[in-house]
Formats: sequence, C-alpha cells, structure tokens
Amino acid sequence: MKHSDVDVVVIGGGHAGCEAAAASARLGARTILVTLKRDGIGVMSCNPAIGGLGKGHLVREIDALDGVMGRIADLAGIQFRLLNRRKGPAVQGPRAQADRKIYRTEMLAELEATPNLQIVEGEVVDFRMDGVRVSGVVLADGAAIDAGSVVLTTGTFLRGVIHIGDQTKPGGRMGDKPSVRLAERMDSFGLRMGRLKTGTPPRLDGRTIDWSVLEQQPGDAEPVLFSFLSKTVSAKQIACGITYTNERTHEIIRENLGRSAMYSGNIEGVGPRYCPSIEDKVVRFAEKTSHQIFLEPEGVDDHTVYPNGISTSLPVDVQEDYVHSVRGLENSVILQPGYAIEYDYVDPRSLNLQLGVKSVPGLFLAGQINGTTGYEEAAAQGMVAGLNAAKSAMDQDPVEFGRTDSYIGVMVDDLTSRGVTEPYRMFTSRAEFRLSLRADNADQRLTPLGMEIGCIRPARQAEFQAKMEQLGFGKDVLTAKAYTPQELSVAGIKASNDGSKRTLFDVLSFPDVTMAEVQALEPEVSALAPEIRQQLATDALYAKYIERQLRDVDALKKDEHEAIPDDFDFNALVGLSNELKAKLVQFRPTNLAQAGRVEGMTPAALTLILARIRKAKTDARRLQA
Amino acid sequence: MDTIFALATAPGKAGVAIVRLSGPSAWTAIEDLCGSVPPLRVASLRQVRGSGGVLDEALVLVFDAGASFTGEQVAELQLHGSTAVVAAVLTELSGLAGLRQAEAGEFTRRALENGRLDLAQVEGLADLIDAETEAQRRQAQRVLAGELGAKAAGWRKDLIRAAALLEATIDFADEDVPVDVTPEVRDLLSGVSASLAAEVAGVGIAERVRTGFEVAIVGAPNVGKSTLLNALAGREAAITSDIAGTTRDVIEVRMDLGGLPVTVLDTAGVRDTLDPVEAIGVQRAKDRALSADLRIFLVEEGDAPPFDWLEGDLVVVSKSDVVGSGDGRISSRTGEGLDWLVGSVRTRLEGLAAGSGVATRHRHRLAMERSLERLAVAVDLVERGSDGVELAAEEIRSAVRALESLIGLVDVESLLDDIFSSFCIGK
Ligand SMILES: Cc1cc2nc3c(=O)[nH]c(=O)nc-3n(C[C@H](O)[C@H](O)[C@H](O)COP(=O)(O)OP(=O)(O)OC[C@H]3O[C@@H](n4cnc5c(N)ncnc54)[C@H](O)[C@@H]3O)c2cc1C
Repeated sequence: MKHSDVDVVVIGGGHAGCEAAAASARLGARTILVTLKRDGIGVMSCNPAIGGLGKGHLVREIDALDGVMGRIADLAGIQFRLLNRRKGPAVQGPRAQADRKIYRTEMLAELEATPNLQIVEGEVVDFRMDGVRVSGVVLADGAAIDAGSVVLTTGTFLRGVIHIGDQTKPGGRMGDKPSVRLAERMDSFGLRMGRLKTGTPPRLDGRTIDWSVLEQQPGDAEPVLFSFLSKTVSAKQIACGITYTNERTHEIIRENLGRSAMYSGNIEGVGPRYCPSIEDKVVRFAEKTSHQIFLEPEGVDDHTVYPNGISTSLPVDVQEDYVHSVRGLENSVILQPGYAIEYDYVDPRSLNLQLGVKSVPGLFLAGQINGTTGYEEAAAQGMVAGLNAAKSAMDQDPVEFGRTDSYIGVMVDDLTSRGVTEPYRMFTSRAEFRLSLRADNADQRLTPLGMEIGCIRPARQAEFQAKMEQLGFGKDVLTAKAYTPQELSVAGIKASNDGSKRTLFDVLSFPDVTMAEVQALEPEVSALAPEIRQQLATDALYAKYIERQLRDVDALKKDEHEAIPDDFDFNALVGLSNELKAKLVQFRPTNLAQAGRVEGMTPAALTLILARIRKAKTDARRLQA
Repeated sequence: MDTIFALATAPGKAGVAIVRLSGPSAWTAIEDLCGSVPPLRVASLRQVRGSGGVLDEALVLVFDAGASFTGEQVAELQLHGSTAVVAAVLTELSGLAGLRQAEAGEFTRRALENGRLDLAQVEGLADLIDAETEAQRRQAQRVLAGELGAKAAGWRKDLIRAAALLEATIDFADEDVPVDVTPEVRDLLSGVSASLAAEVAGVGIAERVRTGFEVAIVGAPNVGKSTLLNALAGREAAITSDIAGTTRDVIEVRMDLGGLPVTVLDTAGVRDTLDPVEAIGVQRAKDRALSADLRIFLVEEGDAPPFDWLEGDLVVVSKSDVVGSGDGRISSRTGEGLDWLVGSVRTRLEGLAAGSGVATRHRHRLAMERSLERLAVAVDLVERGSDGVELAAEEIRSAVRALESLIGLVDVESLLDDIFSSFCIGK
C-alpha cells in the first residue's frame, strides 16, 4: 500500500467542489480542498438563486444525504417561492433568491468547521500519476499532495474564453484566469472533449433603477425551505421587480446582431436552449414584441441587481443602449457587462455511475466540467463524486444512485449513458418516476441509504428516525379501520357503492377528499403533527400510481444492478449486428438498463449480453477457486 | 413479476400450436381457461373456454417452479394449429390479470436469471436475435409503409404535442408559457382516441390477422415472375404477357403454401429504366419486396439478382425446361422444381421468429386498447384542471409507452424539442 498524504483531494471550490469535499469528509476520509481563492468558495457565477423545478428536487436530495447546499441556501435565502404551488406536490419545486455574500461566507464557515477537511489555496496545474492511476496533484508553486483519489470540479475554467461583443479574452469567469495547464494535462488522457458555452446578463446598480414604476414580486407568505433540518428563514426577505423589453429594445438588438459574439460566428460551443441570450430570443421568436425581465437583488446590503432574462454577448455600448430602453432602467448604471463564456467539457460517457473516469482510476469528475449547467446539478454530482472518491480511497464499496431512487440517479444515468448535446439541466420531466421521486419525500428515499453508507451525522439521524416513527404511527391510524361507503357518506365523502370497504388512506387518494373530512371520521388524525398529516395526504394521493409503476421500477432496478464490467468485449458477442455492436462499443453502457436504451437494442440481444456477463462472472469465480 | 405467454411454435396452419406460459400466475390462468389444473407433468385433455364459449380442445401440461424450463411455474397448451384458434387463446390470456405477451427471448432470459440454463444453450440465442431483428425490421417497415404507418405517425405527433404542452406548464411554470393548455390538449387527446378506437374496431386488424406471411417474387422483366405466381396459385392470377414491364403494380395473391397462409407478391420487373413512370413502379416494387418476409429472386441463367438479397432469401434460376435442370432451377411451365421451392419457402417461414405474423398484430391491437384506456383517464384529468396535471402527464406517458411498438420511442428529448421550438423559454 502506497503512502498518501490524504485520502481525497478535491480541486475547485465551486458548488460541485464544496459538496464533494464535505461529503468525503463526512465519510471520515481525510480530505483537502484546493481552490484558486479561499473567498471564491461558494461563489455563484451567475443567477443568485438556488432551486426551482427539478433543481429544487436535487437540493432536497443533497440535503437528505446530509449535504451542505440546502442548509446554506436556507441561511442565505432572501426570497422563497415554491414553484407550481397550485399543481400536485410531485412537481412542486422549492426555489430561493440567495444573498450572494451570505451564501459565500456561510459556505466557507461551514467547510472550515468540517472535521477531516482542510482548505488549501492554490492552482492545481498537474496530476501525479502512478502508472495510469491518478495519485495526487501538483500545485503551481510546485507543492505536491498525494491522495488516494482526486475529484476535479473546475467548472468553466478549462480553457475558458470570455466573449463580449468582438472582444475575447481567456478567463474562467469574469475576474478569474482560466486553467490552461490542467487542461493540457487532461488532453493527455485522450478523453473525448467538447466545447460548450453559456452566458450571463449585465449587472445593474439597484440605486439607479426606478423601482416606483415597476411591478413587484414578493416571496411566499409561508416560505418553504430546502433543508429538512431548517425551521425558519434567517436573512431579511425582499421582493423582486418585474419589467419588460419592448419593440425599441428589440430594434436595438436586431440592428447590432452582427456585433454579438454569438451571431458573428466567434463562438463554436453549443449553448443551452432553455437559457437563450436576448439576441436568441429576439431572433427566434421574432413575433414576440416583449420579454419579461426579473430584477433580482443580489443581496440585502448589496446594490447589485441581476436582470434575469437578458443574458447577452453584445458589445458594452449596445448593452447600455438596450438596457436603457427598458422601463424603469432608463437611467440605470451597468456595474459589470454581460458576457458569454466558452469552455471545455469532458464527454460524460467517459464516466461510470460513480463519476469516476473509466480509463483513469483514481480520478473523479463533477459539475460543469461534465457538460451540465447549474449550481444544483453541480452540487449533486459533487455529492456522488465526493462519496465515491472517499469510498474508493478507503477501499470500501462504491455508492451508486439509480433512476428509480432519485433525481441524482436520473442525472448521472442520463449523463453517463447519453452524453450531452447542450449544457444539461435537470427538469422534472426527465424523471420517469417523478410521482415517487418528490421533493417532499427525498429524506425517506435517501437518508436511510446515507445512514447505511455513513454520511449522515447523528443529529439528522435522530430527527429522521423521530419523523419516521410519527409517519408510521400516522399511517397506522389511517389504515386501522376500513369503512363502508355508507359510513363514509356520513362524513360527506362520496365513494362508489361497490360493496368494498376503504381505509382512510384509500379515501385520501380521491381528488376532492380533504384531511378535514377524514379527521371527522377518526379524531386521532387531528393529534398528528400538521407536516405529518400533509406527508400522509401526499403519499395517499400518489399511492395508486406508484403501485402501478412498481413493476416497471422493479424491472429497471434489476437491470441497473446488472453491471457490465469496464472491460466487457461487445465485439465478441456472436449474433449481434455490427451496427449494434458499434453502438455498444461507442457508448459502453455500464449496466444492463443503460444497454437497453441503446438505439436498436432488442430484448433478445439484452439476454445475450446478460448471459455473457453471467458467464464472465462464473469464469472469474472458477479462476479464483 | 408478470406472467408471460407466447406462441412457442412457428405461426401458421401447422398440426399443433403450443402456447407456453411462465410466471406466478401460470397455473391460475390455466384454471381460468380450462376449469382445473391437471396433475404435474401429465398431459391432460381439457376444453379451453373463453368469454365467448369453447375455443378449442387442448392437451395441457404444467410444471412446477424449480422444475421447469424457466425455473418458474410453467404451463403449456397444445392447441389445434389454426391461426384463428391461436389468436383467440392469446386474446383470452392477455385479458387475465398479471399476464402479458412475452418479448422475444424473454423465456430464455428468465431461465437464465433463475440459473436454469446451461450457458452453452445461450449460444442458441444468437440465432434468435438474428431472426428477431429481421422480423422487427420487416414488421416496422410494413407498418410504416402501410396505411397504419401514416396513422401511427399522426398519433405520435399529436401525443408528443399534448405531452409537451403539459410538460411545458409543469417544468417551465415560471416562464413565458401559456397557463391554460386544456383546450388544445383535450382536442389532441380526443382526436387520437377516436382514431385509435376506429382502428381497434375496424376490420383492418382482423383482416391483417388472417393475412399471414408475405413472399415477394422479384426479377427482371420477362424472367417469368407472373408465370411462377400462376403456377404456385394454380390459376391465372396475374396477367402474363411477353411485353416487358407489363406487371407495373404489385399483384398480391393469397394462397395456402404447404399449409401456411401466405400472400405472394408479384412485383413489377426490376431493371434500370429511363421511363419515369416505370422507374416509380420499379422503386415501389423494391420497397414492397423488401418489406416482405421473404424474397424469391428469379433470374435467367448466369444473371445476378437485380438488387442485394437479404439473408434467407432464395435465388432461383427460371426456365429449367429450356436451360436444363439442376439444383435451384425451376420451370413454371413443366412444374419442375416447384415442390422443392415450396418446401424451401415453408422451411424458411417456419424458421422466422414468432414475433411476426399473428403475434405481432395481436400485440398491436392490445397496445392500442391499453393506450385508449389511459387516454380516457388522461382526458378526465386534463378537464379537472392544473392540480391534476402531473397525473394527466403520467397517463399520457403510459399511453405513449403502450403504443411504442407502433409509434416508436418517445423520450423526454422529443418533448423538449417541441417545447423549445414553440415557446420562448429562458430567463
Ligand atoms: C458566465 C456564466 C453564466 C452561467 N449561467 C448560468 C445560468 O444561466 N443558469 C445556470 O443554471 N447556470 C449557469 N451557469 C453555471 C453555473 O454557474 C455552474 O454550472 C456551476 O457554478 C458549476 O459549478 P462547478 O462547481 O462545476 O464549477 P464552478 O462553480 O465554476 O467552480 C469552479 C471552481 O474551481 C476552481 N478552480 C478552477 N480551476 C482550478 C485549478 N486549476 N486549481 C484549483 N481550483 C480551480 C475555481 O476557483 C472555482 O472555485 C453559468 C456559469 C457562468 C460562468
């Protein structure tokens, strides 16, 4: 066994890196976080908001695994809104505006106070290698750190190039240098890499905005927080402003399209379709005469305002012009111009489900470097990579998530099996089992797993167990007795007179039955805590659907557990068409479920693969014996 | 765990057709259909009853879990080999709770998972895969080329649109998307439902169930295709003449070929041509021939087939009465070699996977019925308003999945494409 200074080195203190370092340290691995600047830890490069649809789900799942993002976002939240409040709970997503500075400082404080975790300021310029294995990192000042595994989370910094109009300059994000030497080192691994781009709007000085003429959007009266442990909001709450672009704005943009970095052909990277620049909007939806802009304060004692909806790569003078054409912004001052950034990403199909690079043992990747976008996506991957880097360094079993247990699993599976064609962002529609993968039950789905693998600290364990006991008790109360339709009708509940008896839990799944009506039949229900009642009502609402999906879930789980070894030789499969073989070789599915999604795959072909896996296993066992 | 069933013998008018069941409900299914479960491993005669009365007299055999081919409870029904009987029994089985038609290779897969398979036996799977992929390709091509293809494409488009509208209101709630998509979604879903219902009720399917296999005769003009067809059919089905290019359109003649229901296609003569009208005919002939289950390439001695043949196709030299007889030579005029030809066709068709023919069509009808059920619930939920939107979306998802064999895979990317092209998403 070689000597290592530490178990895990995490490179990068962004959202992926923070979560990875914290997760690794929670598992008891000696962990070092190396990042360019200590006060760059937890910086939000773009929109000062956390959560949303699909993304809020990810934050809850991170929290269920005792991660940091949810709790810090609750501390920094200055406006909370539950999106889709009027739709079903499965598709509701918590979101918060965050005070940038509080987020940053609280994150730093959290990591500094984390046992087993040490923060080192510096630029990583190279890996230390032990054969094909990564065994540590080298910093710009020449210092070396040996580690059992390394997690790379450098976001947009790999060969980052910033574009403002016709000006380009290298940069990891505004004000930061790109990581060039590290990018060159990555080249030597021969991984498939590509270019993506993203953009950000100009920042405005809030003191120069005429708020009096603008609509206001307040937060929810009853804020819904991220963490299962948080009880109340902590920061002062604010409202956001709303304004609109107009025909004059669009005219200015149209006249200057040729000067936009994106339209002049300077950018080769592909940008996200769901995050178009204002140039894109004006061109692609020419018939629309106005687009909404949310004016989001970046903090309670910060005058910077983030105008959500007008990201751009136009030259600064054009940005001035079009911003000033908008109502309320006539005299506003731009503090920092908007820009687009192009960067390298690694084709995530080079990764396994632990986010380890298949061909480079010891190296894990997480965050934007894997072709995703967004803080939550980055943090969730950080969790997966951090846990597995630690597990691997400590010679313990890996931790994998599946499509049936979490959005984290859906994302990792999507990335590693399909790759990306544009920056990947989470949506609830990506999760085929979203009725059971809800933000409200993330703890019930994942905290037990977390306890099993050892990443849940005692305080959360205790709180979780207490909640589970209450839920169990509540479920007993609701299922103790079955009622006839007549008995139900006394309480005003209409049930079809088919002779069958129903429990109160069954009845709660009827669309128009409320807890209050149920309470009338069983007084013990009112003794349950309100959040327990709410949870049971939600469980009841989806119970029938979830039961129906159970068979699909089981089938998928079975296939997900059938791992395909990294060295599996698809070419040796007699009977498969060459076309299918070529696809399998290209995509290298890591389990049978992924193989099933390869285009042209048939059930019989899957059986053949399964047979080969089994045979390989038996052979290996025989060889050992 | 589902109980699966499938026709285990080659489809067609054989002496005996065996339907095999495997899974936890295999025996109860037998009890439902035959009144009682016979003793283990003893072939027993039973009447098979369906909702419409007695379907057939069958020999029934059951095996216990742990002592069967798959390792699960298994039952076998040995039926009289008529297409109609088999179709009726399959329909009856798919109506039972917990039962569904097996995918190709699924019995083998269960055997494998339960450790009941000698790994050497798995080698046999390779052949199955070949046959299955071929059958699927052909089936898909036939669906696409036919009338059903156009309809299926329409269903796909409308269902994607409906699902995309709902998903847009869910995933992009805080964006610039329409708040109430109910009217459009309702219209789309009702339209698809009506069309599916018509298809299920229509004679189209029943017709196709009876059609059986397709065999195309392909060759240059005047090589003797129509004469061969007539000789096979034993009657003057196609117009035969000596003017090249007489048979412009495809002529289909249904016949009983060695006990199998077969439609023989006589295609336009395939040759390079400058006449645009004939060229269209030639292309159509090629397409049609490629979607058949099997092709007989009829060539003059020394000639190559006019286009690449697929594995299993037959290449036959015509006019053996003129050029001399030998292996692979026939004469439609004297009848020489025809028995050999019919025998070869039969062997090849029997070798095709159970995936084509009756089973596939049956599967399609079931798929449409299941899809219809889900769509009906979806329409109700859509009417109820936004608080049930995720449930409506779920029902549409199920409806789309049920139709997958007809309309192809609809994954989240298809929905996102629709959403991003119709709405200005992105703050
Ligand atoms: C201009 C811009 C616009 C964006 N717009 C959006 C948007 O509209 N919507 C959205 O959802 N997301 C957007 N994002 C993406 C979002 O900010 C990222 O997805 C998320 O922050 C990625 O997290 P990360 O941890 O992967 O990387 P980052 O948060 O970028 O963190 C990278 C970290 O690595 C450190 N680092 C880099 N190189 C080295 C090195 N060699 N040695 C040591 N440390 C190093 C850096 O200091 C930094 O701390 C945008 C990002 C940018 C830059």
